[in-house]
Order: sequence, then structure tokens, then C-alpha cells
Amino acid sequence: MGRITLEKVTKSFGEVNVIPPLDLEIDDGEFVVFVGPSGCGKSTLLRLIAGLEDVTSGDIAIDGTNATELAPAQRGLAMVFQSYALYPHMSVRKNIAFPMKMAKLPEDEQKRRIDAAAKALNLTDYLDRRPGQLSGGQRQRVAIGRAIVREPQAFLFDEPLSNLDAALRVGMRLEIMELHKRLTTTMIYVTHDQVEAMTMADKIVVLRAGHIEQVGSPLDLYHAPRNEFVAGFIGSPKMNLIKGEVARSHGAATIGVRPEHIGVSTTEGPWQGVVGVAEHLGSDTFIHVHQHGMGDEPLTVRVDGEFTVKHGDRIFLTPDETKMHRFDTNGLRA
Amino acid sequence: MATQHSRAAARLMISPAVLLLLGWMLIPLCMTLYFSFLRYNLLMPGMEEFAGWTNYRFFLTDPAFMDALVNTLLLVGGVLVITTVGGTLLALLLDQPFWGQGIVRILVIAPFFVMPTVSALVWKNMFMNPVNGLFGHLFHWLGLQPYDFLSQAPLMSIIGIVSWQWLPFATLILLTAFQSLDQEQLEAAEMDGAPALSRFWYIMLPHLARAITVVILIQTIFLLSIFAEILVTTNGGPGTASTNLTYLIYMQSLLQFDVGGGSAGGVIAIILANIVAIFLMRMIGKNLDA
Ligand SMILES: Nc1ncnc2c1ncn2[C@@H]1O[C@H](COP(=O)(O)OP(=O)(O)OP(=O)(O)O)[C@@H](O)[C@H]1O
Ligand SMILES: [Mg+2]
Repeated sequence: MGRITLEKVTKSFGEVNVIPPLDLEIDDGEFVVFVGPSGCGKSTLLRLIAGLEDVTSGDIAIDGTNATELAPAQRGLAMVFQSYALYPHMSVRKNIAFPMKMAKLPEDEQKRRIDAAAKALNLTDYLDRRPGQLSGGQRQRVAIGRAIVREPQAFLFDEPLSNLDAALRVGMRLEIMELHKRLTTTMIYVTHDQVEAMTMADKIVVLRAGHIEQVGSPLDLYHAPRNEFVAGFIGSPKMNLIKGEVARSHGAATIGVRPEHIGVSTTEGPWQGVVGVAEHLGSDTFIHVHQHGMGDEPLTVRVDGEFTVKHGDRIFLTPDETKMHRFDTNGLRA
Repeated sequence: MATQHSRAAARLMISPAVLLLLGWMLIPLCMTLYFSFLRYNLLMPGMEEFAGWTNYRFFLTDPAFMDALVNTLLLVGGVLVITTVGGTLLALLLDQPFWGQGIVRILVIAPFFVMPTVSALVWKNMFMNPVNGLFGHLFHWLGLQPYDFLSQAPLMSIIGIVSWQWLPFATLILLTAFQSLDQEQLEAAEMDGAPALSRFWYIMLPHLARAITVVILIQTIFLLSIFAEILVTTNGGPGTASTNLTYLIYMQSLLQFDVGGGSAGGVIAIILANIVAIFLMRMIGKNLDA
């Protein structure tokens, strides 16, 4: 079981308060993703849960028992680090066996678990190599293997895929999701990759400067962002946030329209502008439209890949009123 | 073709340096070899004659030789053990954050900058002297009979002095090794349930292996030829209790004016040093492979 509850947890490094009082509930078996801009305290929060940092105040409970004062090893959590943190002088087999050796598990049980993990993670052929002789993806799998043999209450991942190339990242992402489906163990996953957050999470926690801005399922956050920050953070490319006269005419201080919710026409529409850069992805094209009276930022608009426009063309835009987000002067959803 | 050209040019360019080095090493070596086969005594100049293996036979059958050999090995081994173990522990301590870290680190390194003769004199007169030394006073204060370190345990005393000199070197090298250890590895081990002692044994020590090897190899080179400390403190005595090979050779050639015998001793010392080197490389050399 891996139910983790944070109650009024704060963390300061000397004078600097990194995490203001924060409450968070993580249910058993959930896949929770922490996202937020760099330096917002994602890693710190994860390390607090792991026990690698001491909380300044507040309580952390795991499965209902207070774990605030427990040493990392006693919390029953396993962590996968961004740098993998494998032990370079031990073979893959010994790396994976290390936590079990520390727990003094019987030899045959150790062997059984190593074989099972190696099979699940495609590491069987590499068990006798050193980490230095493995590729990045293989190293990451060893790190995951070392975590799963402990059969922990929950897994903690700190940007585990950010050192991998794009193709490998997609593959490993699927493997981790597969693992979660199979083990149904709680997983907490830190990333600043949009796509990872949206595709993997049961629940996304959006952080800004240590504050939780919103907690919800990926689609909740996509359809109903609680404020401008979440609106701008979730979704790729970013939501267009428009202030001023145009926003007021829709009855809000700021309106947000996602690039995919704007219709494009060469002949008519309420908004008009000039085509700037166009990013062709094949299936889709993202056009940056410069226009007068709606701020300096160009609007990003998604069109079908077949749609052809040239730089400097004049086009007309029709936002989808039903999918428009309205925010008040404080940036909160109206 | 260009590479062949540049390789030839490179050879030409470095040849003066190589020749100089060769001369620097080869000429003294050859002269030592040559002298070692002569009957060459400074008291009888101009009467050198070829002596065959006599010098070697005398040197090797001298009862002082076995003593010196054992003393040399004890000295090297003792200092190595004390400095690597002590250096590891000190480095571990200095790696922890504490107040006044900078000053303490400089203080720890300070003994390395003291000349061997000076430090040996300081130890001899200010610490180990049974009448005036600090240890003597300490023994008095405790109501014990003062212990005359240099005459009752001469070799141990010299091992102590030399260890004091070399401890900073070992500490410094091992401290930098500690600092290059990835903190995440330690954290991972902590999460894996390894208590402090296991973390030291399974994570830190293997990481230090290479640095420890370097410390041992470099120190061995210098410790095989310890001389000043012995000359200043015990003069190799009492008897041969603190005579090492270097000191024996010195006695042979400069106190007994027997250049031939001293040279033979020198050649034997070179051979022994190489045996020690081969032995060491066999034991710990693999730690140096990346
Ligand atoms: N040991 C420390 N001492 C002082 N300040 C720290 C320490 N560790 C982190 N911080 C500060 O805490 C803040 C949050 O850091 P944290 O590493 O949690 O960010 P993050 O969200 O993980 O960022 P990233 O996405 O870049 O990894 C940062 O402003 C950082 O400077
Ligand atoms: Mg981080």
C-alpha cells in the first residue's frame, strides 16, 4: 500500500523558503506527476517525501503512519535518480542486488527477484556488465530494476528520462507506464516535459515557487485550468492568453484560447492578422499570427498540415467561443 | 604522408630532451655499476683495481644487510598503513561541513611543508626527548617513568615521525577523491537501506581505490629512500635497529670510505626497489585501469 499524505509541509534552506505550507494527498496506486518551471521545488518536494531532506515543519504520513522522522530506508520508498546513481564498481547484478543485500534477504530469493526484474526490463544479457559499459537507456533500466526488487510502497522518479534522446524517451515512457499498470504501485514522477506529464499521469500536480497551483487529472487541467499560470503551462503549444479590448469584449480581463481551438480562413472571421513563422510538423502546422490590437505576442494557431499559407499572408481567425477560457483581473478562472 | 613527416619531425624535436634525460639517468647508473666492481676506497686514492663480485658478496653477507632490509620494509609498510588508514579517516572527517573548515584544512596540510630534517629535529628534541620533551613531561605528570623513544623503540619512533610528515599528503589526495564522489550515489545507497558503515565500505572505499593506489605508489617511491630522519635522530642505531638500506649504503661509502661496497649496495637497492615495484603493481596496479 502506498498512500502518502503531506500536511502543512514547509522547507527552508537557511533564509530561503522553498516550500511554503503545502498539503497534498496521494492515493494508493496513483501515478502522480509533479510539473512546474525549473527551480519551483519539484525535486525538493520529492526529496522531502523520500526523506533525503528534513522537513522544516509539517508532517508526512505514509499509509497513515507518521513518517516525518523516519530514515529514508525505513519509509519503504524507492527512488530513481536523474543521473541514475548506479554504483560504478559493481556489476549490474550486484547493483540490483544491493538493496536486497542490505535488507539481508536470503540468496535464492535475491536471485529470483533479480531474474524476474532482469527479464521484465530486458537486462538479462547485461547482468555481468558494469554500468559504464551500458547505454543511457540500459542504465536507466538498471536503476529501475534496483528500485523494483525492493518491492517498495511507492516509486519516486526525479526526471528519469531527461538524459535520454527523444526516441528512447518515448520508449522508456511506455515501459514505465507498463510497469505501473503491472505493479499498480504508487508512483510519483517529477518532470518538466509536458508530454510526459499529460500521457503518464493519473493526477498532475502543478507547482509554482513551491505552491500547488492546481491538482487534477490531465484532462481536468487541460479543459478547466484554475488560473492563468496553469492555463499557460499545460498544453503544447501554449495557450494564447489575450488581454485588453478583445478580452473585455468577451467579458473577462484575460481570455485564453488554445491553438487547436481557433478556426482559420483566408476570407472571413472576427480577428485578422499577418502570418509570421509557420512550423510544419507534417500532420499539423503551427502558424504564428501577428496582429494589431491584441498585444505584441503573436497568436499560435494550429491548422491541418495540408493548409498552405505564406509568410506575410493576411488571414482571418475564428476562436471557438465554447472552448474559450475567461480569467479575472487576479488571473483566476471566471 | 604528412603524418609520417610530422612524426619524424616530432622525434627530432624531442630527441634533445630524451638524450638529456638518458644521460642524466644512464651515466650515474653506469658509473655506479662500474664502481661496484672495483676495489675503490677513498683512503687509498689511485689504487682502484677490478674486484669482481667481492663487493656484492661482502655487502650481502654483512649481518647489517638483513637488518637493514627488514627495517626498510617495516618502515615503508608501517608508514603506508598509518598514512592510508589515517588519511582516509581524516579525509572523511574533513569532507564533512563544519565551522572553520578552511583553516583546519590548511593546518592539516602544514606538516607536509616542513623539511624532513627540521621535523625530525623537532620531534627528537621537543617531543621525544625523555628529559625536556613534551612526552617526557606528560609521562611525569601521569606519574610514569619517561620513555626514551629513540633508544628504546627507534624504528617505531621513526615510523611515527615519517607518518606525521606523509599523513597530509595522503589526506589531501584522498580528500579530493571524496569530493569527487557523486552525492546521488550515497543518497541512492541510503534509500537502499545501507547504514553509514556499509555506505563507507561499499560505495566510498571502492571509489577511493584509485586514489589510495596513487598514494601507496608515490609514497613507496619516497619511503624506500628515507634518510634525513634517520641521520638526524638515531644515526641508524642503537646498533642497526633503525638502519635502512639507504642509511647502510651511506655508512658503507661515506663513513667507511668504501665507494665500491657502497655502489654494490646501491645496485642491490635498485634491484630490491624494482622487486617492490613489481609486487605493488601486481597487487594494486589494476586499480589504475579506467
Ligand atoms: N541544498 C540547497 N540549498 C539551498 N537552496 C536549495 C538547495 N536545494 C535546492 N535549493 C533551491 O530550492 C529551489 C527549488 O529547487 P529544486 O531543485 O527543488 O527545483 P526543481 O523544481 O527540481 O528544478 P529543476 O526542474 O530545474 O530540477 C531552487 O530555487 C533552489 O535554488
Ligand atoms: Mg529538479
